[in-house]
Amino acid sequence: MPGKLKVKIVAGRHLPVMDRASDLTDAFVEVKFGNTTFKTDVYLKSLNPQWNSEWFKFEVDDEDLQDEPLQITVLDHDTYSANDAIGKVYIDIDPLLYSEAATVISGWFPIYDTIHGIRGEINVVVKVDLFNDLNRFRQSSCGVKFFCTTSIPKCYRAVIIHGFVEELVVNEDPEYQWIDRIRTPRASNEARQRLISLMSGELQRKIGLKVLEMRGNAVVGYLQCFDLEGESGLVVRAIGTVCTLDKLSSPAAHLPACNSPSKEIKESPLVHPPSHGCRSTHNSPIHTATGSRLTQNFSVSVPTLIYTGMGSGSAGKEGGPFKALLRQQTQSALEQREFPFFTLTAFPPGFLVHVGGVVSARSVKLLDRIHNPAFVGIMGNTRSYKLLDWNSFNSDEPETRDAWWAEIRQEIKSHAKALGCHAVVGYSESTSICEEVCILSASGTAAVLNPRFLQDGTVEGCLEQRLEENLPAGCGFCHIPYDELNMPFPAHLTYCYNCRKQKVPDVLFTTIDLPVDAIVIGKGCLIQARLCRLKKKAQAEANATAISNLLPFMEYEVHTQLMNKLKLKGMNALFGLRIQITVGENMLMGLASATGVYLAALPTPGGIQIAGKTPNDGSYEQHISHMQKKINDTIAKNKELYEINPPEISEEIIGSPIPEPRQRSRLLRSQSESSDEVTELDLSHGKKDAFVLEIDDTDAMEDVHSLLTDVPPPSGFYSCNTEIMPGINNWTSEIQMFTSVRVIRLSSLNLTNQALNKNFNDLCENLLKSLYFKLRSMIPCCLCHVNFTVSLPEDELIQVTVTAVAITFDKNQALQTTKTHAEKSLQRASTDNEELLQFPLELCSDSLPSHPFPPSKEHLESASANSGIPAAQRDRCSSWIELIKLKAQTIRRGSIKTTVTVEKASPVGEGTFRNRSAPPCTNSTVGVVKMTPLSFIPGAKITKYLGIINMFFIRETTSLREEGGVSGFLHAFIAEVFAMVRAHVAALGGNAVVSYIMKQCVFMENPNKNQAQCLINVSGDAVIFVRESELEVVSTQQSAPSCQSSCTGGEVTT
Amino acid sequence: MTSELDIFVGNTTLIDEDVYRLWLDGYSVNDAVALRVRSGILEQTGATAAVLQSDTMDHYRTFHMLERLLHAPPKLLHQLIFQIPPSRQALLIERYYAFDEAFVREVLGKKLSKGTKKDLDDISTKTGITLKSCRRQFDNFKRVFKVVEEMRGSLVDNIQQHFLLSDRLARDYAAIVFFANNRFETGKKKLQYLSFGDFAFCAELMIQNWTLGAVDSQVDDMDMDLDKEFLQDLKELKVLVADKDLLDLHKSLVCTALRGKLGVFSEMEANFKNLSRGLVNVAAKLTHNKDVRDLFVDLVEKFVEPCRSDHWPLKDVQLFLNQYSASVHSLDGFRHQALWDRYVGTLHGCLLRLYHD
Repeated sequence: MPGKLKVKIVAGRHLPVMDRASDLTDAFVEVKFGNTTFKTDVYLKSLNPQWNSEWFKFEVDDEDLQDEPLQITVLDHDTYSANDAIGKVYIDIDPLLYSEAATVISGWFPIYDTIHGIRGEINVVVKVDLFNDLNRFRQSSCGVKFFCTTSIPKCYRAVIIHGFVEELVVNEDPEYQWIDRIRTPRASNEARQRLISLMSGELQRKIGLKVLEMRGNAVVGYLQCFDLEGESGLVVRAIGTVCTLDKLSSPAAHLPACNSPSKEIKESPLVHPPSHGCRSTHNSPIHTATGSRLTQNFSVSVPTLIYTGMGSGSAGKEGGPFKALLRQQTQSALEQREFPFFTLTAFPPGFLVHVGGVVSARSVKLLDRIHNPAFVGIMGNTRSYKLLDWNSFNSDEPETRDAWWAEIRQEIKSHAKALGCHAVVGYSESTSICEEVCILSASGTAAVLNPRFLQDGTVEGCLEQRLEENLPAGCGFCHIPYDELNMPFPAHLTYCYNCRKQKVPDVLFTTIDLPVDAIVIGKGCLIQARLCRLKKKAQAEANATAISNLLPFMEYEVHTQLMNKLKLKGMNALFGLRIQITVGENMLMGLASATGVYLAALPTPGGIQIAGKTPNDGSYEQHISHMQKKINDTIAKNKELYEINPPEISEEIIGSPIPEPRQRSRLLRSQSESSDEVTELDLSHGKKDAFVLEIDDTDAMEDVHSLLTDVPPPSGFYSCNTEIMPGINNWTSEIQMFTSVRVIRLSSLNLTNQALNKNFNDLCENLLKSLYFKLRSMIPCCLCHVNFTVSLPEDELIQVTVTAVAITFDKNQALQTTKTHAEKSLQRASTDNEELLQFPLELCSDSLPSHPFPPSKEHLESASANSGIPAAQRDRCSSWIELIKLKAQTIRRGSIKTTVTVEKASPVGEGTFRNRSAPPCTNSTVGVVKMTPLSFIPGAKITKYLGIINMFFIRETTSLREEGGVSGFLHAFIAEVFAMVRAHVAALGGNAVVSYIMKQCVFMENPNKNQAQCLINVSGDAVIFVRESELEVVSTQQSAPSCQSSCTGGEVTT
Repeated sequence: MTSELDIFVGNTTLIDEDVYRLWLDGYSVNDAVALRVRSGILEQTGATAAVLQSDTMDHYRTFHMLERLLHAPPKLLHQLIFQIPPSRQALLIERYYAFDEAFVREVLGKKLSKGTKKDLDDISTKTGITLKSCRRQFDNFKRVFKVVEEMRGSLVDNIQQHFLLSDRLARDYAAIVFFANNRFETGKKKLQYLSFGDFAFCAELMIQNWTLGAVDSQVDDMDMDLDKEFLQDLKELKVLVADKDLLDLHKSLVCTALRGKLGVFSEMEANFKNLSRGLVNVAAKLTHNKDVRDLFVDLVEKFVEPCRSDHWPLKDVQLFLNQYSASVHSLDGFRHQALWDRYVGTLHGCLLRLYHD
């Protein structure tokens, strides 16, 4: 009995009117935890009740503490009829269970009703007294920290990174129970919310147990997802990376600590006790569940493409033996693990040695309730159901789903092996469900990891160190991990353009963030491949077969599109690649997003060639050459736009075998317009060569056109889907996180693949354009972590959800950095004049003259900008002056008097103002809570992680028109979700959510019935941050920390 | 391909001031889009009309959701749904409660009732302000009126507390509420030359001097209603014109003092009795509600118009009124000096403000 939960209900405000006669409410509160319920007194006739209750005490197991949410229900007392529910608040008390996080939850929570939305707020204080538990056989895992952040959290250092952890829990979905036919929508929604809350609590506890078993103390990169399988149930699954984290005593010293973990640790992070390898519920990776039927065994594993570069080459001189050694080491460390996977996307320096490329696996499965025998009993005999609490069945037979995932993971592992890698980083899993078909997907980046965090003087260490000294940092991860002589696929290798010692592929695709030390030229940009494929409506196996037949083609086309777009941008690497395949009734959608960059270590990409299949047709030829010119122009423009001016390399410096003659010949050809030659080239390279686009039919024509229709963001805007934008490092503090949702209805007439593609493409492009327009006031800014999600809620509906954060940056400093860069290239240009001629041949001819000039222009610009007041700063100044003027206008006279009276006016939170010499505009009692999908807050330091936020909401309406239609309904709901997340963070004492993600946004409508329903699942890490400079605290109204403390203070006192 | 659903929700609620203004002005989404297109925003930003349409819809939806909160501005400050920086909150409130000069002149002094609301169609056609905007402005007046109607304390302070308006705007609302409560006639043709500012100025003076609150700050409804006792007492001033000796003495005192200083001396001398009678009779009549309503009509008829027809310059009006009110102190037979000061002090300020073309 190791815990005491204490809850106090303080007050309510802004309650809805529940009694029409008096226009008031007689509110009271029920506080429920587990099976215990307490009630407050009824506070008569008030919309702002002051209950000031005693402390309600629950004495509970810590197992329950982890699983159960605290449930607070606000009701309106009614003497004659049943009490009416106003709404509920669910509070996850998990953050109170580990010592370093929050100690108290206290604040105003929105009272939420699944039918009416937010209806007022309630002030609650929650505390937990934990007793030390020495029970060895305990079922709880209190104290294990969870982080959504996919890198080592900022105020910790990783002592050991243990590895992969996964778990899943299955239950029946209350929405599909027989009882749902007779209960109210509200009751059904609440049952679902409560169940999911319970399940995720349980899941987290189980994961925690595994973590303890592995001797870790934290899960980083924790990703929990729901699969709403409909009739067949509800799956909650989670993956993460187990670590042993140490809190940094002084937050200032966090950077060096990453570099040199304490000396005592002799064991490398990866060679950590094999005896504690990841044990999971299934011991054999692949097994078939008992009671299987034909349908269950039906599973199609899709041949998976492995994305890397292409071409061929010979062995590196120095790297060979060392590489082998390294591989052996890592191998021994990693092979003891079932799955050497890491959900992290950013790593401590030196951790990542080589990157092989993206590995992914998909599998199409048929969902069938038969898999969960327990349910058969329930569903077969509805009468006996009443006697059974289906909660008691939880986690019954998760075997099937577990086996499915194990199978996929095994495949990923073997793919990684084929790439000469023993680990997979940036690993993630996802599903797409339509009716009874489910596509399971997993992807990651095959990598070779450094077996030791610490080089402690062993021979290998020396060798490695020497190697690292020799190699300029920042290109090592590009070097191929696989054996050049025995390559898993045709690849095109050259010597690294940075160090000249190791081989690199010509293109690199990864799912991770750009390593901090990577040398990048110019800026990056968001690259998307979009694809639709029609599919016949079919049932069961036929459907699954159709889908699995389509998948490889989609993967291939997505890959081709990505490759072409990357070339078009003049870049050579993709980071943060995420390919989402969505299945619908009659179509499949593929959406791949990634951030393209130019890695200095990789060769300059060649241009794109267009080849016609019907020569000797004059007009056709003309058309082709016209297209070719357009493409070349675009490439040149993009290079300028993204400031890609790679310093060209003199042949002497290379000093090693010159790139293969074949490449040379291609250079020549790239200038020739003759299609015959190109065709020849095409034959010699086979289908996989992305340099050549073959225009043999209208489809291909469409493809080329679609390539050219992607408009670059307006000037002042950049976008990427990684944490930070390569090439920008001078962020200012303004951030704006947003979610945008669009649904389009396709007219069923034009359902051809092309029309579909065009619709989908337009949808995404227009969405992006809208975002740029909406956020134009933040220019110069960058959209970071742009996360697109596609779903097909109905036959002819496509839904796209985007979450991202816009961050402003200082253009001036950006110019300065490019200036040094430009200077460099200028110098080179002047010294190596002759080389200049050779180099650009590889590029399109158009870019030749533009090369030497842009740098100098920039140079001039930056020089002029530096001479006086920096332009951007000037802008900022003037806008500030405007703002001040505006304030002055609105509050012209007696501003101080105004605010004083305002304070008196506010019925609540009077205490907030007491000690403040309030500037005219900061009289709100609500503290600002920032939200961001990134793991950091620009211009600020995260001082404390308060715990994970993981919330699930359902909203339903039966008066859709009255609520402003579907847009009004969803707009309000998302705003409410944000508000509830912010309120929870503020109650924990935090002022921001980092690594925020909206994992699910399932929207269903029935306009004929005037109904709609939406489910949203969000998560993130609640943190406290402190601004790095006091100056900024003054200048921004979001001076969160100071405001926060005073606000919470005020709230508690009221 | 049609857009079924299209939304954008920011953690910090985006407020576009231009769109907010269009929304407040009561334009439909389509009209607003057309107006924005005309402003050249497409050229500036390189956006398409579709983008503009979607953006405008989004903002309108946000404003629609915010409107409920704007009806009780303190709620906007404490609500959790929309995270809006305080400076933006202030802007939202201030703009929402701002009103059009043309509109306020139409309803100033009218009862804020359903009947008046029905006339908004006509006002809309007459002023060219959209009906939607008229409704918002009218409802604002009415809402403020309802909230502060029964409240103790300073009218301006009450308005500021409950609506978080700037000082300027709160004063304007105080004037509107005061006029609505006392139903002063402002719509007569004679009064058309007067601006809202003129009336608001007078209202402020009257609130400061003629209401209950002016003498006792502990009374209910103190700033809204005129001090009945004071109005009753004003009858006593009648002696100034009824007593012939007193009137003559008053005239001679004024004439002596102003001789040579006034450009329109002879006209003043000729008109003194009429003017004085006019001003004093206005005071004496204020016991009747109907005459209170006609206060401004009477002031213009009895004083402003006669002076204006004789082309008095403003400077002379000022000199005259100074002397006119001061000389009463030298009338030995007149015992109601304090009453006179309370009356004429306010009147003095009002008349000067009302005296223009």
